[in-house]
Amino acid sequence: MTESPPLFVAEHLHKRFGDQVVLEDINLSFNAGSISGIMGPNGAGKSTCFNVLTGMYRPDGGSVFFDGEDVTGLAPERIVEKGISRSFQIMNLFDEFTALENIMVATNRVRHGLHRPFWDIRADSEISHKAAEVLAMVGLTGLENSLASDMSYGQRRALEIAVSLATEPRIVFLDEPTQGLGADGRANLADLIGTLQEKFTLVIIEHDMQFLFRLANRISVIHWGQIIAEGTPDELKANEWVRTSELGKMTTC
Amino acid sequence: MLTTKGKAPIVSRQMLVFFAILLSYPLWADAAGLYEYLGIEIVIFIIYALGFNLLLGYTGLPSFGHGAYFGVGAYGYGLAQLYLDAGFIPGLLLAMLAGTVASGLVALFLSHRRGIYFALMTIAFGQVFWFLAIKLRGLTGGEDGLLNIFRPDIDFGLFQISLKSNFAFYYAVALIAVLVTLLLWRLVHSPFGMAIQAVRMNETRARFVGYQVWWIKWTVFTLSGAIAGLAGGLLNVAQESAFPDTMSLHASGLIVMMVLIGGGFVSFWGPVVGVIVYYLARDLLGSITEAWLLWYGLLFMAVMMFSPEGFAGGWGKLVAWVRRRKQGEVLMGGAQND
Repeated sequence: MTESPPLFVAEHLHKRFGDQVVLEDINLSFNAGSISGIMGPNGAGKSTCFNVLTGMYRPDGGSVFFDGEDVTGLAPERIVEKGISRSFQIMNLFDEFTALENIMVATNRVRHGLHRPFWDIRADSEISHKAAEVLAMVGLTGLENSLASDMSYGQRRALEIAVSLATEPRIVFLDEPTQGLGADGRANLADLIGTLQEKFTLVIIEHDMQFLFRLANRISVIHWGQIIAEGTPDELKANEWVRTSELGKMTTC
Repeated sequence: MLTTKGKAPIVSRQMLVFFAILLSYPLWADAAGLYEYLGIEIVIFIIYALGFNLLLGYTGLPSFGHGAYFGVGAYGYGLAQLYLDAGFIPGLLLAMLAGTVASGLVALFLSHRRGIYFALMTIAFGQVFWFLAIKLRGLTGGEDGLLNIFRPDIDFGLFQISLKSNFAFYYAVALIAVLVTLLLWRLVHSPFGMAIQAVRMNETRARFVGYQVWWIKWTVFTLSGAIAGLAGGLLNVAQESAFPDTMSLHASGLIVMMVLIGGGFVSFWGPVVGVIVYYLARDLLGSITEAWLLWYGLLFMAVMMFSPEGFAGGWGKLVAWVRRRKQGEVLMGGAQND
């Protein structure tokens, strides 16, 4: 049996800001249905890498392919149309909307219905029902009518993920989803990500190595803007460079 | 902040009250010490302010040069009468078209900007239009303005309605205001209305859920400019002339003040309140002192300090406070009964 090609591939990505080289010859591939991790110390270039992969920055060199299609340098709104979505490390929500409205406004139906002046979205039970399902997916049932700004930090984290799921993506990039969460919050998030794996391909940037080692099928380590190691969690734990680096200390504690 | 909530009826209760006041104004204006021409000015500026608030209150885009599109509409209407003998309705459509084209072109430069850069560029473009209105004397009449544009009749083929009297013209303006209100109310409660609010709340997130933010900003700016053009055309009919002053930075600032003092950031009706407050202040304070603008400025400062969300925001807080108090009394009563 032949192995299916990766869903998402980045080849020879380069990115520089002025004289500063931030990404150098980055090669990544993510298989459909997998959880992939990207880790590395602060300032390693992880977030820039995410920003290049999801359309926030145009790479100075290299290519990005999604399901065989070249999506290099496409604007975020076009990237989303292809089935790629992301969450942010610093939460980006529509704070004055309720949780349900945050999801509704992110759905493809609403986005494609801008030319329908007589369509009252809030009175559309089908779209409310679908939005409630997305909230249920991240454990926010019962909070549909809460303003995003009134929700707790953990709930907002979950809503941030829900908004990225509302666009009906095939691959979801999660940027440091455990940021600011306590032990219970991390455990809940790990359970949530486990359930999301059944429906989506996930890519996670994470500082919390234990979190990533527990969830990811494959991890890439970025340092000084380059991929310096790659493999399964077990392979990485045995990797000489990772073991002797600060990252290695984090994995054993 | 301004968010549309719940199901939106085609005509709301507040809208019915507004329409009732609007359409009955000539009947009681005299008794209240007001006059028909004041009503015309107020309604024209209500149209202008409602369109402007689509941009400022709903989309969060501060334009300090919107007088340009208002003025372009006024000149567009005037030129259509002078050179094309266009008539009332075609003249207004051309005024709208002039506002649309001018704002649409400017929006091409603005829609990729935000914050202070957006605001400053609106001022710069506003000044360009103002300067052109003064310098293109052959077309605009320069500082003297475009004069002698007499009010035409509305021609319905079988019959005509004269707009010579302020009474008749008031009703023409009021009917247009009703149409604009219905249109904008529907728009802000549609998916497009939800999208513009999303852009105001978080432009980055709006892009990352798939909205073409620059296109949304361009559309809102152009639509707002079209409505400003329509209002400018109506002002030309009212004044039977067009002047560059309507395009000045001062005039552009006034519409911002009207929308803010009324509470455009928290209510669809805020701009309506703001326009009424401004014109009543002008007439009532103006009858007492020539320095009425100073007092209006002080009123504006006081409102911004004590109720930054304007009169509509203050009213909302008052209603909420009364409701809480009533609920408290009910609970207290319940506890005493227990």
